[in-house]
Amino acid sequence: MTEPTSDSPKDGATGSDASAQPESYPPAVAPAHPDTTLPSPVSGDEYLKIGPGGEPLGLETETSEGHQELTRRSTTGAGELRREVGAVLRLPEGVAVDPSNIDVEQSDDNTMIINMGPQHPSTHGVLRLMFELDGETVLRTKPVIGYLHTGMEKTAEELTYVQGSTNVTRMDYLSPLHNELVLSLAVEALLGIELPARADWIRMLMTELNRVSSHLMWMATNGMDLGSTSMMIYGFREREMVLAFFEKTTGLRMNHNFIRPGGTAADLPDGWEDDVSIICDTVLPRTDEYDELLTGQPLFRQRTESIGRLSAEEALALSLTGPILRSTGVPWDLRRSMPYLRYDEVDFDVIVGTYGDNFDRYSVRLNEIRESIRIIRQIVEKMPPGDYRVQDKKVTPPPRARIDESMEALIHHFKVFTEGFKVPEGEVYTAIESPRGELGCYLVSDGRSKAYRMHIRGPSFVNLQALPLMMRGGLIADAVSVCSSVDPVMGEVDR
Amino acid sequence: MSTSETAETTETVETKETTKAVHTGPVAPVEGPAGTAGLSDSGGGSSRTPGRPVQEIVFPSRDQYVGVVEEYRGNGFEMCADLCGVDYLTHFNRYLPEGVTRERFEVVVNLLSLSQARRVRLRVQIPESDLVVGSIFDVYPGVEAMEREAFDMFGIIFDGHPDLTRILMPEDWEGHPLRKDYGVGRVPVQFKGAPGPR
Repeated sequence: MTEPTSDSPKDGATGSDASAQPESYPPAVAPAHPDTTLPSPVSGDEYLKIGPGGEPLGLETETSEGHQELTRRSTTGAGELRREVGAVLRLPEGVAVDPSNIDVEQSDDNTMIINMGPQHPSTHGVLRLMFELDGETVLRTKPVIGYLHTGMEKTAEELTYVQGSTNVTRMDYLSPLHNELVLSLAVEALLGIELPARADWIRMLMTELNRVSSHLMWMATNGMDLGSTSMMIYGFREREMVLAFFEKTTGLRMNHNFIRPGGTAADLPDGWEDDVSIICDTVLPRTDEYDELLTGQPLFRQRTESIGRLSAEEALALSLTGPILRSTGVPWDLRRSMPYLRYDEVDFDVIVGTYGDNFDRYSVRLNEIRESIRIIRQIVEKMPPGDYRVQDKKVTPPPRARIDESMEALIHHFKVFTEGFKVPEGEVYTAIESPRGELGCYLVSDGRSKAYRMHIRGPSFVNLQALPLMMRGGLIADAVSVCSSVDPVMGEVDR
Repeated sequence: MSTSETAETTETVETKETTKAVHTGPVAPVEGPAGTAGLSDSGGGSSRTPGRPVQEIVFPSRDQYVGVVEEYRGNGFEMCADLCGVDYLTHFNRYLPEGVTRERFEVVVNLLSLSQARRVRLRVQIPESDLVVGSIFDVYPGVEAMEREAFDMFGIIFDGHPDLTRILMPEDWEGHPLRKDYGVGRVPVQFKGAPGPR
């Protein structure tokens, strides 16, 4: 679905008025390249000083080829790139639909705008990317989102807190348990209840398994994007093991509604230790196989190494989190830095990269699978006995069997599932480390049993902002690789 | 991630209309919430309870907002984790500390300091009659999509944003869906005049 938009006006100009061509065309070969006078690469401190005026730091806006000039990525700061020089294609999408509407007043009319998506298989859903290309080089990119917007935040205002996790679990459909967890943590924080230890550990077990399955899914799709079809088959195969365990525990392969405010929906099934151990014993050696399959493969390395590079300063400025941030060398993992649940009681390493390129992001995710398995094994050892839900009748419905015996249980059961429970007034922001980064929930309660406002800070939504920066100056063929390395889940982006 | 930037323009404009100048004085980098109207909500739960860290909340006025954000930026808050809007139309009398004028809309900004492992939350009151607030894009470029979302969902205009267009809803959509006076259910589909075949 390409739109060679700048063709027709350009042809018209060259055909009718030949004298206008030397005006715009030859100056590209200006003799004295002012590039040599560019300031040295922006260091962190300089970058951080981007101030109120937004004065450019790395790149002179006046270059030999005008605003379209590409310089080395390291000389431009993220803020400046996104402002005017044009890392982001600032074109309203309505305009882009009609090619005749496109403003072609550009100094360099060799560029063209093409669309990728929203139906492109490599955009992992309905992401639409608009590229401005100069030949094969990507100048500007604009991610256009919203095709999957279903108004989940609005829906959440109509649902009780009991029903809330059913809603949020559909956002990031590759790690649904994380969504449920962050909402549950927010509700519990407002309620001020303390969970039994076993509930915490069950939550940790499930979310870590979910991290494994999510990263496996990413390995699979990333392999498919880069032409490694066997990786796709393997990734899906191992993920299926985890999903089978989820089905056994929660009843569903996805969209579990398992982690709820007050604990979890059910206890772990009998023999769960064996199931989990089998998963660990299978997946861990197979990560070594993936390592062998991909890491040492020259084709894979060439398509990932030094592509889509990002510096730590840029990643911080763009609020990127998760494997993308860690791949740039920033050891920021909420499980370690701001522990929630019982993550301060388990031993694991935070995986960081060095260069922030596609290969680093791959390595970080691959090794996070191993770290997650390490955590899971500790959880299996440390899992305490006890309740899996808080024993508060206002929050936790009584077991089904009690309803037949106790009038009070019947009333509580009825109230919890019809009216829900009331949550004290207040606001809270909770954040956890989802496979894609910081998953936050800002919850406002007005004292009723429905959320007054529930805002989910989706990591994919924020991380997509890195695309224009990562693709700038790269090749169009690498766009798929870069987009895949961000691991966007459109259900969470659009919500 | 340095904290070298000197906190400049701390005493931001204290105009007459915002006599409830809430946030005064420089932001203390480590201790306590800054300003008189800061809240430190340590919560009722125990420290064991997850998601119940000490929440630092600051209530700058609209005029102080960008300056306060810059100040935090200079004091080691490297990242703007989240920005969202809230419409308090039907919950207007929520609790706010003394000196903060209640307005219908709020912009809630969650700043994150990686070096101090600390969060701070800024809540800016925005009156319905004048839905404009300064953009903090120049301080944190990462809020680009978030401010667009807040604009899309609430109609809050971020002055200085480079491309304040709708992000989740279609470009020609009328209304701002997350406002409390926006309908729920049976909202007519507004895909009008989609130009040409896609």
